[in-house]
Amino acid sequence: MTDTNMTAMTRTAAAPAVRATLPPPVRFRFWVWLWGDKRALISLAYLSVLVLAAIFAPLIVPYAPNKQNLMDLLAPPSGAHWLGTDDLGRDTLSRLIYGSYNALYAASLAVGIGVAIGVPLGVFIGFVGGWVDQVGSRIIDGVLAFPPLVLAVAVTGALGIGLTNAMIAVGLAFAPVLARTMRAQTLVVKNALYVEAATGFGASRLHLILRHILPNAIQPVIVEVTLMLAVALLAEAGLSFLSLGVQPPESSWGGMLARAYHYVEVAPEQMYAPGFAILFTALAFNTLGESIRVLLDPTIKRR
Amino acid sequence: MMYGVPGMVAQRLMQLVPVMIVATFVVFSLVYMMPGDPAMMIAGDYATAERIAEIRHIYGFDRPMLVQYFFWLGNALQGDLGHSLFSNESVLRLILSRLPHTILLVLYALILGAALGIPLGILAATRQGTTLDKIITSVASLGVAVPNFWLGIILVTLFSLGYRWFPATGAVSVFEKPLEALYYATLPAIALSTGVVAVLARQVRSALLEVLGSQYIRTLRAKGLGSGAILWKHGLRNVAATMLTIAGLQVNRLFSSAVIIEAVFAIPGVGNLISYSALNKDFPVVQGVALVLVLVVILTNLLVDVLNATFDPRVAAST
Repeated sequence: MTDTNMTAMTRTAAAPAVRATLPPPVRFRFWVWLWGDKRALISLAYLSVLVLAAIFAPLIVPYAPNKQNLMDLLAPPSGAHWLGTDDLGRDTLSRLIYGSYNALYAASLAVGIGVAIGVPLGVFIGFVGGWVDQVGSRIIDGVLAFPPLVLAVAVTGALGIGLTNAMIAVGLAFAPVLARTMRAQTLVVKNALYVEAATGFGASRLHLILRHILPNAIQPVIVEVTLMLAVALLAEAGLSFLSLGVQPPESSWGGMLARAYHYVEVAPEQMYAPGFAILFTALAFNTLGESIRVLLDPTIKRR
Repeated sequence: MMYGVPGMVAQRLMQLVPVMIVATFVVFSLVYMMPGDPAMMIAGDYATAERIAEIRHIYGFDRPMLVQYFFWLGNALQGDLGHSLFSNESVLRLILSRLPHTILLVLYALILGAALGIPLGILAATRQGTTLDKIITSVASLGVAVPNFWLGIILVTLFSLGYRWFPATGAVSVFEKPLEALYYATLPAIALSTGVVAVLARQVRSALLEVLGSQYIRTLRAKGLGSGAILWKHGLRNVAATMLTIAGLQVNRLFSSAVIIEAVFAIPGVGNLISYSALNKDFPVVQGVALVLVLVVILTNLLVDVLNATFDPRVAAST
């Protein structure tokens, strides 16, 4: 916690020095940054392609994802099936593309729920302070004590198996992490001079929170959220592997791995495509998150 | 200082009470997350009216929620976690028979992760900016992003089905045949350890860089102390607490990943137990495993705090 305090303080102190190097005009700044950070550029390009593939999946897949061909089971990659077929003769590439929709939907849903609960909670208890903060912080600690996936499995079991419920469960596990960060940031920002000034001018509490505290406290959360997308993606794959997430016949990368593992001795090549899809996507989210961290925090030296 | 450590332990224990209350309440309230009448959900589709009434009574659904919680907590404190809805076995006995497999796996992965991650972090920090540093940092990024269970599948394909060096699935009791148990747990532990290796390598690297760049190290260097002595006597000693804390935090993550790894390797641990029970709506078992694991994690964190205070007088003094 003292760590974030420190960075927040050095950030304000270092700001004039950074400004002095004449930044590019505001509307180009994003592109200049992106061009200067090749890792972020590649990650963002990859994720954009993935999002497009997920949206336009019905238009670009070579086969319907659930179309079975029992004459062509567990086929190796060929001209007709670029990535081969699964144990029901379904085209692996088509299922992989459809799986990207479920992966991105799942990751956004889980992180969205985490943000929707965690951010307001963290700002609230940090802003109000006193016994509200005491109680709120203990609740956060209590939920954080759970191994996240154990909590997610238990909550999914309670809500009922299925992708949406599984991701609500993961989101519930994320919420305390974001709440803790947001609380710590709020505590720092709350005592800043400009907040004091706004209070002096008679700003309402809501105005203070929405216009001054939230925008200035949210930066670490943006980084955390990007990194969490990777965690959520891995959680979706894992829960679907355990058949607690995406239900057949819908396709998911984790579910594809579960089937591939079943037939690994017959068709070992089936396990590579979904695995690499998960790995690359998680890697892209992580890389982007780290790049945003460096961008937002001038005290970290750029690589 | 001798005064400090027991005092700190007492203080930590006091702080743990509210955390325990929240954690147990979360486990208890899982039943309330079920849509519809929880008694009917637990009983299943073909249950008779008597069975539903019986379950309603067992869970105490006919009483106010807080009363139920204290009733449930009281039973749990006495070791009564209820019975499996399918096998009617005692949940506690079920968990205790499976917990050793999971603990062995997690400890094994933690030791592997530390044995690999810490030296890699030191290596990267002392050779900052070199190709080696960049390779280690990149591999660490991969280690965080790789799905453990996929790695597990690949390891099985390569070393069990391919070379037949290791058994593909299953586990052996650590109490009966310790060496064979370790042999069976090796592949799953490797698959599980990647995240620990990556996180430790990264964190040790950045913590060590910070220490090595600090004023007193510069002073020592100016006084002519060799870089080996600086690293081993001063650098690592100051990073030790960080390493221990981070390793402790990994336990939480390891229990998470173990749920899936145990499915891949068909290890009869608590991870497998909870996912199987969640699929089959065996609710007392799900609650029992969640409860036991959260307690294990909380106690691990306490142990880390105590160790830190024992080795680092500053920690005990600051409380």
